Amino acid sequence: MATNKPQTASDYTPTIGIECHVQLKTKTKLFAAVDNDARESDPNTHISHICLGMPGALPVLNKEAVRLASKAAIALNTEAQTLSAFDRKHYFYPDLPKGYQITQQAHPIIVGGSVSIIGDDGNTKKINLERAHLEEDAGKNTHPEVGDYSLVDLNRAGTPLLEIVSKPELKSAQEARDYAHELYLLMRYAGVSDADLYHGNMRFDVNVSISKSEALGTRTETKNLNSFRSVEKAVEYEVSRQIAVLESGDKVIQETRGWNDAKQKTISQRSKEEAHDYRYFPEPDVPPIRLDESFLEEVRQNIPQMPAEIRQALSNRGLTEEHIEILLEAELDSVTVGYLETLLDNALDADSVTAIANMMVQTEIPKRRSEELLNAPVLDTAQRTVIYTEVTKLARAGSISSTNAKALLQDLLFSGAQPKNIEAYAQQQGYIQLSDTSELEQIVDEIITENTQAAEDVRSGEMKAIGFLVGCAMKKSHGQANPALIKELLQKKLSS
Amino acid sequence: MSQNKEWKPISEIARAVVAGDDSAVTLVKDSLARIEDQADYNIVIQSCDERALARAEQIDEAVKRGENPGRLAGVPFIAKDNFLTLGSETTAASNILRGFKAPYQATAIERLEAEGAICVAKANLDAFAHGSSTENSDFFTTKNPHDPTRVPGGSSGGSAAAVALSLVPFALGTDTGGSIRLPAAFCGVVGYKPTYGLVSRSGVIAMASSTDVIGPITQSVADAGLVLDCMAGVDSRDSTTLEPVEHDYAEVDAVDLTGKKIAIIKELMPSSLPDSIRDNINSVVEKLKKKGAIVEEVSVSSLSLALACYYIIVPAEISSNLSRYDGQRYGYSDSSATSLLDSYKMSRSKGLGKEAKRRIMIGTYVLTSGYYDAYYRQAQQVRTKLISEFADIFKKYDAILSPTAPSTAFKIGEHTQDPLEMYLTDVMTVAANLTGIPAISLPSGSDNGLPIGLQLMAKQHADIDLLRLANSVEELLS
Repeated sequence: MATNKPQTASDYTPTIGIECHVQLKTKTKLFAAVDNDARESDPNTHISHICLGMPGALPVLNKEAVRLASKAAIALNTEAQTLSAFDRKHYFYPDLPKGYQITQQAHPIIVGGSVSIIGDDGNTKKINLERAHLEEDAGKNTHPEVGDYSLVDLNRAGTPLLEIVSKPELKSAQEARDYAHELYLLMRYAGVSDADLYHGNMRFDVNVSISKSEALGTRTETKNLNSFRSVEKAVEYEVSRQIAVLESGDKVIQETRGWNDAKQKTISQRSKEEAHDYRYFPEPDVPPIRLDESFLEEVRQNIPQMPAEIRQALSNRGLTEEHIEILLEAELDSVTVGYLETLLDNALDADSVTAIANMMVQTEIPKRRSEELLNAPVLDTAQRTVIYTEVTKLARAGSISSTNAKALLQDLLFSGAQPKNIEAYAQQQGYIQLSDTSELEQIVDEIITENTQAAEDVRSGEMKAIGFLVGCAMKKSHGQANPALIKELLQKKLSS
Repeated sequence: MSQNKEWKPISEIARAVVAGDDSAVTLVKDSLARIEDQADYNIVIQSCDERALARAEQIDEAVKRGENPGRLAGVPFIAKDNFLTLGSETTAASNILRGFKAPYQATAIERLEAEGAICVAKANLDAFAHGSSTENSDFFTTKNPHDPTRVPGGSSGGSAAAVALSLVPFALGTDTGGSIRLPAAFCGVVGYKPTYGLVSRSGVIAMASSTDVIGPITQSVADAGLVLDCMAGVDSRDSTTLEPVEHDYAEVDAVDLTGKKIAIIKELMPSSLPDSIRDNINSVVEKLKKKGAIVEEVSVSSLSLALACYYIIVPAEISSNLSRYDGQRYGYSDSSATSLLDSYKMSRSKGLGKEAKRRIMIGTYVLTSGYYDAYYRQAQQVRTKLISEFADIFKKYDAILSPTAPSTAFKIGEHTQDPLEMYLTDVMTVAANLTGIPAISLPSGSDNGLPIGLQLMAKQHADIDLLRLANSVEELLS
């Protein structure tokens, strides 16, 4: 039985390769003019004679899928092949209506490429890719608990997938997770996929082997992982399990395994001996894909800013790596948020950028993720830039407390109030700190009269009590007093 | 042979309908009556009376309103039963599709209907078009109109026999290795196999996707040209269809044969060829020469491998294309199965015939890893060689002339014991499919009352030239 923390782990080096299926966000399916998004639909409502594998039905390639795959190629640090072609992969299963899947075996649309992650040693590590190919997804079978039948839903049949195959260059569960997450960012930023993991838009198969020497050990493949965490946990589990197997004198069997999320363990599904012979051969119904220079140039021109570039720009502006990653990820919560665009505004000085980033990470992002604001309208970048700049300015000038800065920011971002003059609005709404000395003096005098004991303590040198008096004053001013000024006044009045 | 009156040329029939001199309803009723009269020949799997008559009435009404229903107005036709059609079942003559009602129509059918043609019936074939005699039909064997003890050829045997018996002015066939030309030759009618991709395959039950073509079986070359013209052209439902060409395939006026260069391929005139066929071809050659054509013998070294190549590539594609008939969504499903695997096995075992199983076995074998390189890959190499050798010939010659078949129609049951002998029937025709070129079979006299077929082939996309040449040869033979 594998344990969570293998004692001999350090003797073995894990080697991990990942195959990732990315669902491309085309309007229609890969080979049929049928709506590709069936998330909220009843079973078998997004199908045609092609999806059903009716007699005489022929696949017709969706050009948009080719364009998205070509964009993905650039995100993966390479370019689409000018010539690629489809093959048929044969097996019988009710969710595969034609008895074969159309995929790219011999001539994939992407050859090579790479994904950079931060390796276990803290340095940038380039994970090279074997290939990435276009293929159609299968349908979905469900097996009701009661009854001697299964149900087939073909809504997903024919959905375009890009299968990205890494070389076995990952060395730990953490690296595997980071690689999977980076792929997610790349696909999202390139606009290739919705990459909605909950709906299975990205699915991972992890190949894991361990070895004490240069020669690779026997690998297992754990299929259909649908979260970064399960990628990490499955690798962790497999490494431990394989160590336990080898340490007990047994051999690791080459096999396909599944992931049981409830039990957090992998389970044997199919050994190599039971593996299919897929009888690949060139798909005669779909002519090869030929991409010319003008097409590729158009693809290049339409690549948006990618994570690597953004990281560099934000890093140049002095943001911490931690903040950058949070912001990169949060930007994707809603495509129109514009966190990054706000921060990259040239008019801002470095201190403002840091202050704004802090407010975003500490205030806006957590707030935006709260239940009641998930669908809140998002202001445009220009409006957001003004709000952030003004609030930062007020905070740095000391005319607003940090607590009130947060409150003001949330008010401006989420309440729908769109004041022309933010400072005036802050004043009017009572966010501005009271710094008028005569008014403050009156409050302080009242506090001293009302809290004779505490005042006496301060006079006799017990400075602890001053905090209590400041608190009272703040309360009396409804939070509007400048606490630093209050403290100063108290010290002056109680020093004699 | 039938006592049916031959049909007028198709263009004349349509003109009469458009002019109001004849009616679509009369034509359809006439055709349906002929079909019923000749039921003994086992030509039709199912007729589409109701839909055909309804469409005929619509066409007649359109004419009355002063509209022109098209170049095939009111012309009845029969489609091989591997074309998906509304108004009848579509079975491919296989038990696994018995009772199958198509949810959409083949593009070819749609285009013919758009020109006013009316599908009156579905013709018998070797199940899934696997065969050369219709003896592989799961339902019945069609009889040759010239001798009912003989086969009509296949796999479009029902279609060719229907035209030979004048049940309809034209019929549709599919040709994967000779399935239009061979039955046309055996039945004494014209059979046209266009360039691969000229007519959409959408809605036609696939045999071998890389060699399947759709073509007409007719009484004359001119009719073949007209029907082809109505069907040809790019189709958004079939990405292997060719971009539209400017030619009008209906304009197939005969050409001057003077100076035309025609090749006879040595390998297609083997010593085993019956004298009657050899003499027939030689007499045609003499006539051509008299008209000023230059006829020369050439050799295509890879041709001896063509049949072997064909019987690897085609079964490979068949094994794949037949995978969808699994008893899960449509067609025959064995309800006594108790597990998924059983359901697959039992539905396919009972639903598919012997020849389909044989080809699935061969195709599966040649694609299995370990054998792929030895068979499938080699066959593809031969195919590439064949394409280039044929291309070389067409650099020098306008056309190739050969017999369509190595014999005249054989007896029912004569070749059923030995599949290899049956496969050899295709020896003259498969090369055109492997190379994608157009080819036509013309009736060229007879031997003891059995028609002899003459084949002409031209280079890819030269369909119009081939049809014009064929028209001249047709004149020469009449």
